[in-house]
Amino acid sequence: MEPLNNSRLSVSKFFIIFGMLLLGVGMIFGLIGAIQYIIPGYLKTYLSFEKVRPLHVSLVIFWILFGATGGVLTYLQEHSGRPLYSVSLAKTQLFIFAITTLIILASYVAGSFGGREYWEFNPVLALPILVGWILFIINVTRTAKSWKGQPVYWWMWLTGAVFFLFTFLESYLWVFPYFRENIINDMTVQWKSYGSMVGAWNMLLYGSSIYLMGKISGNQNYGHSKIAFLLYFTGLFNLMFNWGHHIYTLPTHHFIKNISYAVSMTELFIFGRIIFLWQKSLTTAMKHYHHMAYRFLVASEVWVFLSLLLAIAMSIPAINVYTHGTHITVAHTMGATIGINSFLILAFAFDILNNSCVNFDGFKNQFNKAFWLSNISLFVFWLSLVAAGILKSSWLMSVDRTPFAAMVYSLKPYFEVFMISGLFLLSGMLWILYLMLKNQLRCYFRQVLGRNISDSSI
Amino acid sequence: MAFDKQRFIIAISLLTAFLSYSFYIYSSLPVKDYHISEQSNNGKMVWQKYNCIACHQLYGLGGYLGPDLTNVYGIRDTYYIRSFIQNGTNIMPAFHLSDKETTELISFFKTINETGSSDPRTFTIQPNGTIKQ
Ligand code: HEC
Repeated sequence: MEPLNNSRLSVSKFFIIFGMLLLGVGMIFGLIGAIQYIIPGYLKTYLSFEKVRPLHVSLVIFWILFGATGGVLTYLQEHSGRPLYSVSLAKTQLFIFAITTLIILASYVAGSFGGREYWEFNPVLALPILVGWILFIINVTRTAKSWKGQPVYWWMWLTGAVFFLFTFLESYLWVFPYFRENIINDMTVQWKSYGSMVGAWNMLLYGSSIYLMGKISGNQNYGHSKIAFLLYFTGLFNLMFNWGHHIYTLPTHHFIKNISYAVSMTELFIFGRIIFLWQKSLTTAMKHYHHMAYRFLVASEVWVFLSLLLAIAMSIPAINVYTHGTHITVAHTMGATIGINSFLILAFAFDILNNSCVNFDGFKNQFNKAFWLSNISLFVFWLSLVAAGILKSSWLMSVDRTPFAAMVYSLKPYFEVFMISGLFLLSGMLWILYLMLKNQLRCYFRQVLGRNISDSSI
Repeated sequence: MAFDKQRFIIAISLLTAFLSYSFYIYSSLPVKDYHISEQSNNGKMVWQKYNCIACHQLYGLGGYLGPDLTNVYGIRDTYYIRSFIQNGTNIMPAFHLSDKETTELISFFKTINETGSSDPRTFTIQPNGTIKQ
């Protein structure tokens, strides 16, 4: 089948485009949140932090979900050489997701919550997300002709799709009093689900990135190799059993913590492999440096390295005691969701949206600058959070703690660096989004004027 | 396709292990015998309704703009807590909660305080890297 990055505006492209808009707005709320760290009470009356945080978090989580869906729906077709099992299902999913996202955002602005951290919206709104996701699973499972002889990325897509459904449902077990009433029981199940859910969307994204790597280098052998499957199963094993590191300090079952600690250490294998292949990766990266999609894939690999370093350290309970409840956790989340997840989706976007009629090559210079601006500022941003986290940790551990407000005040310089680097990061990312979306918009109008809008059959 | 079969076996084994682990946890949740008052139960829903977790943590989990409130009931008196909730601070909004909601929240804080301590200074580190509470 021809590559899908042709000029037609397909439903899978719309997932990515809509996701990019969410990312843009989500990051602006992130900046507002950062300002609230250094200017106490900033926008307190209308947009206090309990609104800004979920606005930021939900928007970027939906960006990841939209981006992951768009990537999988496109590459699934390229890989299988067949159109989607059902375009109408994909369109329905897009419609449901888009409307639900907008309702959720409006409810936050109105101060209507009722859910929990990360899914703060009224639990009723989880139902349409659930339905939309089931439609996605149908497309993922039915598009390929056979389950036999499939490469690793296909397995990853299937795993990610199914596990997201499972963990999403699990994260709503709290609606039953049996799970909710006791806070320790409640938090145990809550973090069980969240820990694995992140693993689920990573499966979707890493799967697509393996596919894309192969596509760019013109060699898909890796996806069928033993080592690829070995790494996949290691990842799956961690997705299933390592979530306990979120709750080492919660008085819950000890076996949960011990299992998590032991399982997390298998990540050292993945970590070791990255170091082992460093030289080779660098050489390949140089070869494809001109390729924007590839460059984002490489950047994400560097962020995998940094994030894994923190993650493995935080999986050791003796270290976790120090990092838990501090901004080191935030640094890890930002590194992973921006450096890995977002950069991967941008790589897919470069590949999928390019050539939509105006080639991205014309903007190469600007993309290049924006790429470096984003990466360097993300690194400073990340370091400032690690530094703030170390200081907060020493406050948490000090024998006679100064008052909370005094500690916050002493961290102010680090939050200033955090905010300023965040501003640069935002600029870099918005620049990238703007260039890509402008291109799409142009395409769209050309198509409308040229009356050659396809029936979006892909 | 021996290779394929091998993969399916590994995948099914992992899946079985995961499902067994999950359902074992659901059926034997860490805390079995507990009594939680209606008031405290409602307090938890008030906590969610106003999204207090955006700024506060319980057992170190949540947002970092405000302090961890796991043991606030143990270290502050109820007047203090009540006045914070009703008046807010320069960062924390005054949520204008009803008296009933405030009492329920305080009851929730009382219950969570009884479940343990979130203070990392109370943990001891074992030589194998695990921690004891
Ligand atoms: C916008 C952020 C924000 C939100 C939302 C918020 N708080 Fe706070 N809260 C704070 C900050 C910051 C402090 C610390 C003030 C200080 O010590 O200077 C605080 C302090 C408190 C304290 C006093 C803690 C102590 O030990 O001194 C209590 C109790 C409290 N909040 C309860 C709540 C409850 C209940 C809610 C939800 C209804 C809530 N807060 C929502 C920011 C917030």
